Amino acid sequence: MSGTVPSSMLLVLAVALVAPPPPAVAQPAPPAAAPRPIVVASKPFGESFLLAEMFAQLLESRGITVARRPGLGATELVMPAMQSGEVDVFPEYTGTGLLVILKAPMASDPTVVLDTVTREFAARYDIRWLAPLGFENTYAMSVRTETATRLGLRTLSDAAAHSRELRAGFTADFIGLPDGLPGLRRAYGLAPVSVRPLAPGVKYQALAEGAVDIIDAYSTDGFLDRYPLTVLEDDKRFFPPYHAAALVRGAVARARPEVVAALTELSGRIDVRRMRRWNARLEVAGDAVGRVARDALAELGVGGAAALPSAATSGGDRPRSLAAYLWERRAAIAAMTLRHLWLTAVALVMAVAAGVALGLVLTRSRWSEPVTRVVGTLQTVPGIALLAFMLPFVGIGVVPAILALFLYSLYPIVRATVTGIRDVDPGVVEAAHALGMTPRQVLRDVRVPLAVPAMMAGIRTAAVIAMGTATLAAFVGGGGLGEPIVAGLALADQRMVLSGAIPAAVLAVLGDLALGALERMLTPAALRSRAAHLAGARH
Amino acid sequence: MTAPALAASRVAKRFGAVVALDDVSLEVAPGECVALVGESGSGKSTLLRAFNGLTAVDEGTVAVAGVPVAGADLVALRRSLGFVPQDGGLLPHWTVARNAGLVPVLTGRADAGAAAAEALRQVGLDAGEFGRRWPHQLSGGQRQRVAFARAIAAGARALLLDEPFGALDAITRNDLQTMFVGLRAARGLAALLVTHDLHEAFLLADRVAVMRAGRIEQLDAPGRLMAEPATPYVATLLARARIGGSQA
Repeated sequence: MSGTVPSSMLLVLAVALVAPPPPAVAQPAPPAAAPRPIVVASKPFGESFLLAEMFAQLLESRGITVARRPGLGATELVMPAMQSGEVDVFPEYTGTGLLVILKAPMASDPTVVLDTVTREFAARYDIRWLAPLGFENTYAMSVRTETATRLGLRTLSDAAAHSRELRAGFTADFIGLPDGLPGLRRAYGLAPVSVRPLAPGVKYQALAEGAVDIIDAYSTDGFLDRYPLTVLEDDKRFFPPYHAAALVRGAVARARPEVVAALTELSGRIDVRRMRRWNARLEVAGDAVGRVARDALAELGVGGAAALPSAATSGGDRPRSLAAYLWERRAAIAAMTLRHLWLTAVALVMAVAAGVALGLVLTRSRWSEPVTRVVGTLQTVPGIALLAFMLPFVGIGVVPAILALFLYSLYPIVRATVTGIRDVDPGVVEAAHALGMTPRQVLRDVRVPLAVPAMMAGIRTAAVIAMGTATLAAFVGGGGLGEPIVAGLALADQRMVLSGAIPAAVLAVLGDLALGALERMLTPAALRSRAAHLAGARH
Repeated sequence: MTAPALAASRVAKRFGAVVALDDVSLEVAPGECVALVGESGSGKSTLLRAFNGLTAVDEGTVAVAGVPVAGADLVALRRSLGFVPQDGGLLPHWTVARNAGLVPVLTGRADAGAAAAEALRQVGLDAGEFGRRWPHQLSGGQRQRVAFARAIAAGARALLLDEPFGALDAITRNDLQTMFVGLRAARGLAALLVTHDLHEAFLLADRVAVMRAGRIEQLDAPGRLMAEPATPYVATLLARARIGGSQA
């Protein structure tokens, strides 16, 4: 009855690990003999999605097999992935390369900056900068036109003079980057009265609604033409140039010259007005990335047959209802839900196995407190930081996602196991010893069964954490319901966000119910009601 | 000559700087009941636990049925000794029948179920009626009866009892004490009974050991203890319990 707890847990473990992973995104399988697909990645914002999708479709039109990794967490995640060969092609900006990757001093001459990143990326990382696409996406510090008129703001110097009347809403990286707020503060003395970190997708709305007064817009944003905004002139030429270009891994550039040839067809072809117009279709009109990319390539006269858009970023037309949107995408949503569940289940099963084992070992160890505290500290590491830290070792994809979820789930299980085992009535344990049970029997037949309710509480906590955190997987290309959430936030598309968030919430509720049933199954019959448990603990 | 059921010779035990047992010697003959009385911290529970190896002594020797505890197979030794703690120590997730049959099952006896049922019968519980119940479905007195049944089910010759009646109300305690006297008579059990209640010690034990600060102050039959307290402490204890000569 009660001695079977560890074996049934092992069974769950075995089942979850043997089950094959659902696919990350619905993609046609490449032909068996085809060369390794070219992996095209993007960062999680609209323009990056669009450029990557254009790269991908262009390559596909030349018969090159492509794998898409849209919306990888940040520059800091993509670079290690490119170095380890997991990402081959990626749209980047010269200024970002200079400041974020090379951590070089600021420079304002576009030619110098391009020379520097081209030379240094080749030397340090074996990554090639192709000739720039033609447009610059630099910071366009923007205020409401009404504010500009009222305060007489035309330049950033003007804004600095009225700093104390401006509440800022900036993207998180802008707040920290050297060419962001810290630099602006030095160059202009711009010190807004408050600074709120905002997701790129919500900045414009926050500004338009008056929640903030100044935002870090980008010069190619599709929203710039939609709201009554005034872009403040960078009168001290503070911002470095941000020319967009395709990055290609050196090994790929050498082995597959057709990749470089195809992508170079885009060089110098995209001006800022075009890019802004395409971004507007994507971000304002809510067109699907795949469709906008196809039309853009057609407009440029490059590319051929349109490729299938990736599951995460293909959307319907905005005017349709949420229900219709969800119904239309039911197959993709079901696939992402399955994958979400699989990611969570594998991580959780691993965490239960490792956490319970660690907890049992720690129960009898004087290292219990320090080790538990270290495991607990892991939980305070922000998800993106944890992923960035692990990337050089485990790359991108499913492995880091599961590893991160595993680490986040570990603490409640270890803690609950240690306290559950320790809090078993010492009188009961002593009697078991005194009547001749071996230490092993006492653990297996007395301590563990009596600790099951406490351990299950920890496991359920871990499950809730894992399901909530599983959306992180999208940042490293691990798939799951985080994909439409990340993409939807980047594109300011609430329906897309909801298409991930609603199933994720449903999954969390159902998961907790299922674990509740499992808890009742594993709890010894005599302890199944709370009153009985208390009586059992007393006597 | 048969070996004493339980024997301690010149035993000492320290917990850090605290002296728990200091040069203690004691023998319990087969079929005899000896009570250990004294205040909390006097060492009586430590001495009790020296016999089943839950406490390892620092000096002296402890033996069960002539076999020294030091170096013995503790698991086998414990299965041959009954043990009843104050709160019964029943496993809350096991039925009454499984609790009572614990030791026969551990020793792999084929007739474990029958042995458990017989033990339950001897403590006044019908296995058919109570066997399938959970401990939390019993009264405190019934739980202690199950604990006694568990202690004797494998045929132990000696019982270690750590205040087994201490948590019961007066009427139930009296019933259980009567049951215990009958059980000893029926099975010829030796017993070492830890209690803080002198009345109980005088009622149930053949001899009483008064312990104080890790030493035995006096070990005598109740009548002799009453007539001739060996130390002022014993006399005070008797007076406080309103037993014997000089009324305080």
